[in-house]
Amino acid sequence: MNDLLQVNDLRVAFRLPEGELNAVKGVTFRIPKGKTVSLVGESGSGKSVVSQAIMGILPKVARIAGGKILFADPKTPDQIVDIAQIHPDSRQMRNIRGGRISMVFQEPMTSLSPVHTIGNQICEALELHRSMSSSQSLEMTTDMLRMVGFPDPVRAMQTYPFELSGGLRQRAVIAMALVCHPALLVADEPTTALDVTIQAQILKLIKDLQIELDMSVLMITHDLGVVTNMADEVVVMYHGEIMESGTVEDIFRHASHPYLKALLNAVPRFDMKPGERLKPIREIKQDENNPILKAKRQRRAITDEDPPLLEVKNINKSFSIRKGGLFSKNTEEKVIAVDDISFYVKRGECLGLVGESGCGKTTLSKIIMRALSPDSGSIIFRDQENNPIDVLGLEKSELFDFRERVQFMFQDPYSSLNPRMTVQELIGEPLLIHGMKNAIERRKMVERLMDVVGLAPMHINRYPHSFSGGQRQRIGIARALALQPDLLICDEPVSALDVSIQAQVLNLLKDLKEALGLTYIFISHNLAVIDYVADRIMVMCRGRLVETAPKELLFKNPVHPYTQALVSAVPDPDIDRPLDLHHLISSKASDPALWPTPYTVNEATEMQMFNLGGGHFVRAGKGSDALLMSHLETEGAS
Amino acid sequence: MLGYIVNRILAMIPTLLIISAIIFTLIQLPPGDFLETQIAEMQSQGENVDQEKIDYLRSEYGLDKPMYVQYFTWIFGLVQGDLGYSFEHELPVNEVIGDRITLTIILALAATIFTYVVSFPIGIYTAINQYSIGDYVFSFVGFIGLATPNFLLALILLYFVNLWFGTSIGGLMDEQFIGQPWSYEKALSVLEHLWVPVVVIGTSGTAGMIRRLRANLLDELSKQYVITAKAKGQSPLKILIKYPLRMAINPFIADIGSILPDLLSGAVLVAVVMGLETTGPMLVESLLSQDMYLAGSFLIIEASLVVIGVFVSDLILAAVDPRIRLGGGAVK
Repeated sequence: MNDLLQVNDLRVAFRLPEGELNAVKGVTFRIPKGKTVSLVGESGSGKSVVSQAIMGILPKVARIAGGKILFADPKTPDQIVDIAQIHPDSRQMRNIRGGRISMVFQEPMTSLSPVHTIGNQICEALELHRSMSSSQSLEMTTDMLRMVGFPDPVRAMQTYPFELSGGLRQRAVIAMALVCHPALLVADEPTTALDVTIQAQILKLIKDLQIELDMSVLMITHDLGVVTNMADEVVVMYHGEIMESGTVEDIFRHASHPYLKALLNAVPRFDMKPGERLKPIREIKQDENNPILKAKRQRRAITDEDPPLLEVKNINKSFSIRKGGLFSKNTEEKVIAVDDISFYVKRGECLGLVGESGCGKTTLSKIIMRALSPDSGSIIFRDQENNPIDVLGLEKSELFDFRERVQFMFQDPYSSLNPRMTVQELIGEPLLIHGMKNAIERRKMVERLMDVVGLAPMHINRYPHSFSGGQRQRIGIARALALQPDLLICDEPVSALDVSIQAQVLNLLKDLKEALGLTYIFISHNLAVIDYVADRIMVMCRGRLVETAPKELLFKNPVHPYTQALVSAVPDPDIDRPLDLHHLISSKASDPALWPTPYTVNEATEMQMFNLGGGHFVRAGKGSDALLMSHLETEGAS
Repeated sequence: MLGYIVNRILAMIPTLLIISAIIFTLIQLPPGDFLETQIAEMQSQGENVDQEKIDYLRSEYGLDKPMYVQYFTWIFGLVQGDLGYSFEHELPVNEVIGDRITLTIILALAATIFTYVVSFPIGIYTAINQYSIGDYVFSFVGFIGLATPNFLLALILLYFVNLWFGTSIGGLMDEQFIGQPWSYEKALSVLEHLWVPVVVIGTSGTAGMIRRLRANLLDELSKQYVITAKAKGQSPLKILIKYPLRMAINPFIADIGSILPDLLSGAVLVAVVMGLETTGPMLVESLLSQDMYLAGSFLIIEASLVVIGVFVSDLILAAVDPRIRLGGGAVK
């Protein structure tokens, strides 16, 4: 056997109260030595179940119903082990698991124990699989931590996971998986929860270590951009079956199976033509005669002379972290979350807000919602008749009325819906709060709203748990639309969703914007998504607005080093445009002190937004016009 | 850490002072004092009451002084270890409760250990084997244990123990040892009698703890870090002990603060039914007869136990769980 691992006709069944469910129905593929195989599919396609079967960590209700998982360990060349035949808790399997095949999980936040140090958790793997003294294992762990890019590995040994950022935690998980030098690494959505810049770093790390340790990688993902950049071979799964498999060249150049084609068409790309729509695998259907959609069409047409719907001026917000106890002196440490941000949103526009986690996007949106109070600044909102409203000065009943005008859509479709309320109660609650007391009327309205977002009104009495993630997110949209707001703030509305569902929700949001004359502030860390929905884009970093431009300009000609770093870190599902992993801008890109002049942020220079023409603004030091222009010219020339 | 401990100890002083003031006020709130209760009782039995003697006693006990003077006298005594004088027993409180406190603590400790020793293995077993026959059986027994009033269980056990083992009913030791100095035979006799009240007092706590440990563990067992540990190739038992159990145990450490006083006073009914020479029944009597120093001493001892218990559990938590950071957190 030339391959490291062969999966032959694997079947996995789940015992459920309503009977047996076949999650994996006869899957066959191989993982060659030293290569990366990507397992692609939407959630529920069975790709994670396959990886769990290989690791022998299937959930209790699942069992391998048939087939073989043949593992040819290069260390023992004559032996071929059938993992499907060994008991998952047996010593033989435990020696393979973690020692020869190891795994990196999706959620770096939860996959480490919060009460054990990083060093302790990594050493545990070594102690299990290598007989070595504790000083030796400590040394190896430290080396491993250095290899995955911890700046101070000795100190890192003593840190707890909650003291580390998401990217560093994922590095720790990778170190844990690789410390025993396995022959196969199973990576289950290793970068889905991370920001693009960190994603690029982690992908590079896995690639480098793969060469260094001569191992094979099974990469499970639904991000086709990651696949084209990482994989040698691709296996596409759908409903527990393999739709297509082959080399990455074959698959992406000549996608033959309709499912893969559909999947490719559902992903937002940078080179989409103006007006081109994503094609979700399942379209949402609405009733043409829905009164909500009709009524809003009669809204006043938006002209260019209209003043902006929302004007935000010089908003500042810092959080103070208090240190000290009851009797000791309190010391306050200030963290600046939003630093002197000004912007506007035109009526009927979609303003995209990009930035990595912790850059202040959500804080800013909360300030607009009046959920947080800024330290200084002003916000002007204009109602239907263009009368300005001073948002920060609103009190009691005025504030109550303002809430109807601005609504919020949350990131997590699971925790943002109360599991003990029916859809009727969830969508109807804003109506009830804002005075629609008549239950029959309210029910009618909820049914219409459900239709607007493409949910069957007959499911009105169901609870959130009986809906899928995408459907739940649509319940969230319906709830946000209930009060017929002018402005909808969408905070990462699709980042928890699969590509196919993502396209569906994005199209819905686009359509609703047209039909209802809505204005959006769309927050996301996914640049392709922002590119698809937004008209104008703002880039934030460390609480500061660094660049803003109409989308055509921003992605074609990013000026600010941070924007450039962001754009270059996005993996594109096009094999002709691989990520430039060698010139990756490391974590420096998001450190304002390390930006080159004139972008450097320090206490000496005052910053301002420079107009580059065509609505393109970039933040740079005051009085550096000449430097900036020469900078741009050399860039344009090169 | 040291600063934190000192802070916490310093914070305990005002807490206890406030509690002592509240206790004292509450005891004094009903109209009259111990002597008036006594007089009323004597008069109802047709005895003559010598007004002079009463006045003498009143000034002797300090009952004629203003309330705050009485309070401070009591507090200063407390600080020096003098708990005051019990009117009813006509003895210093220290002497009245000394032996009882010892027995109570023995009983309380035994019941606590019983609770932990029984509930931990069962709780872990039921969590790992969720919905197995064993789980259902233990859950059923546990619910019965929770639902049965302790005193009823006491009566049933007393009957059967006497029937099967011939141990005399009631008490914590054979009668001949009561009031005797501690000896080997006395200790043996205590042990012989002890287990029945321990089982009675510990049952509901055990049942409750099994349920909670099971629920906590079930939450933890499905967490991602358990799967991570499994993926390392660790054996199931070691994973269980190192990860989920460690996480599930926090609420139980936090419980120490409330367990101590609960065991001390919570078992009054059982103590009355079983005739145990513990502090519970005496506290009730002293409150009824307005024997204020005796009642006050009990209550302040209990309050101190709560405060100390919470302090100890906080210290253990801070030591065990690195996520607990000393001092304040972020402010919105």
